[in-house]
Amino acid sequence: MKNNRMIKVFTNGLLNENPTFRLLLGMCPTLAITKAASAGLGMGLATTFVLVFSNMVVSMLRNIIPDKVRIPSYVVVIATFVTIIDLLIKAFLPALSSSLGIYIPLIVVNCIIFARAESFASKNTVLLSLADGLGMGLGFTGALVLLSSVREIIGTGEWFGMQVMPEGYQPMAIATSPAGGFLFLGLLLIVVNAVMAYLERRKAQKEAEIL
Amino acid sequence: MSNLLLIVIGGVLVNNFVMSQFLGICPFIGVSKKTETALGMGMAVTFVMALASLITYFIQTYLLLPFGLEYMQTIAFILVIAMLVQVVEIALKKISASLYQALGVYLPLITTNCAVLGVALLNVREGYNLIESVVNGISGALGFTLAIVLFASIRERLAVSNLPKWMNGFPGALITAGLMALAFQGFSGLL
Repeated sequence: MKNNRMIKVFTNGLLNENPTFRLLLGMCPTLAITKAASAGLGMGLATTFVLVFSNMVVSMLRNIIPDKVRIPSYVVVIATFVTIIDLLIKAFLPALSSSLGIYIPLIVVNCIIFARAESFASKNTVLLSLADGLGMGLGFTGALVLLSSVREIIGTGEWFGMQVMPEGYQPMAIATSPAGGFLFLGLLLIVVNAVMAYLERRKAQKEAEIL
Repeated sequence: MSNLLLIVIGGVLVNNFVMSQFLGICPFIGVSKKTETALGMGMAVTFVMALASLITYFIQTYLLLPFGLEYMQTIAFILVIAMLVQVVEIALKKISASLYQALGVYLPLITTNCAVLGVALLNVREGYNLIESVVNGISGALGFTLAIVLFASIRERLAVSNLPKWMNGFPGALITAGLMALAFQGFSGLL
């Protein structure tokens, strides 16, 4: 029973309430660093780390933090974990650190983390908050990897730095330019919306058949 | 002087915060349905970003650097910005009721606007002095205002036009923003 609930919370973030495609939260990093798939993956995992730990800590402290100062308290908790991951990336992955630049400290103001602390972790148990953080974080990572893969393949003909397009492929530089970020996210949203609508229609059809 | 001019042109046009650096996208998409509210948001952001550049400069030079606390930058800056927004809100309420009414609703939203924290971090990264930091803050915010007001006026037109169903809402907004960003890319040869 309890396991079921955790799995449900976990998959909720992955699909139904995917932070990028369904809730449109955390748009700044989504657009800014998705020029290359490796940066998208790095950003997604760094955000997942912060999301999981801040969710757990907020959930642990949910009965101690007075309601009036909850927002500053969340900010301190989130900023602490962002500092930890910032220092870790600087120490162990200097290449990633320089490609993500100021967007790592800017995880602090990523609305996904704040929204989950406020709307989920402050009302649920530690384990459920962990599942929620992991689901939301991986949903965000998946979306970033998808968007950055599309942009990198079309914009440079490479994927994670490896040549994947045939030799004669002429890269379209617009995909990796800032304007391409907006355009490709918009196009991807149209595709995702269409797929979701199709799945819902099929589900409704199946239910109708059973009846 | 020419240095300052370069910062202004860079902030407003070439390295526009929204269109080329992707800072402040949440309010850009969230508060851009009407031109008036977009202008209100832009003004509030300009006000806070100028003050934030000023105060974070002092924090960085006189508190973090002398004590070797640079690694506390993120925490220190975000707390200062959150506090600043609160103080500005309270002060505006007392000093200028009309300005408070115009900006009031947008102020709390600014804490999570990454443009504010972004400009503070960029100022440190670029090694700007006090005046350069403040000018960078103001011009970045003006660039934000320009982008959001233009975007809002396009969206007002889009709202009454006949878009295909799959373009309604966010996809249409994002593609519009993409086309705007293309126009802004035209400025990139300016510097």
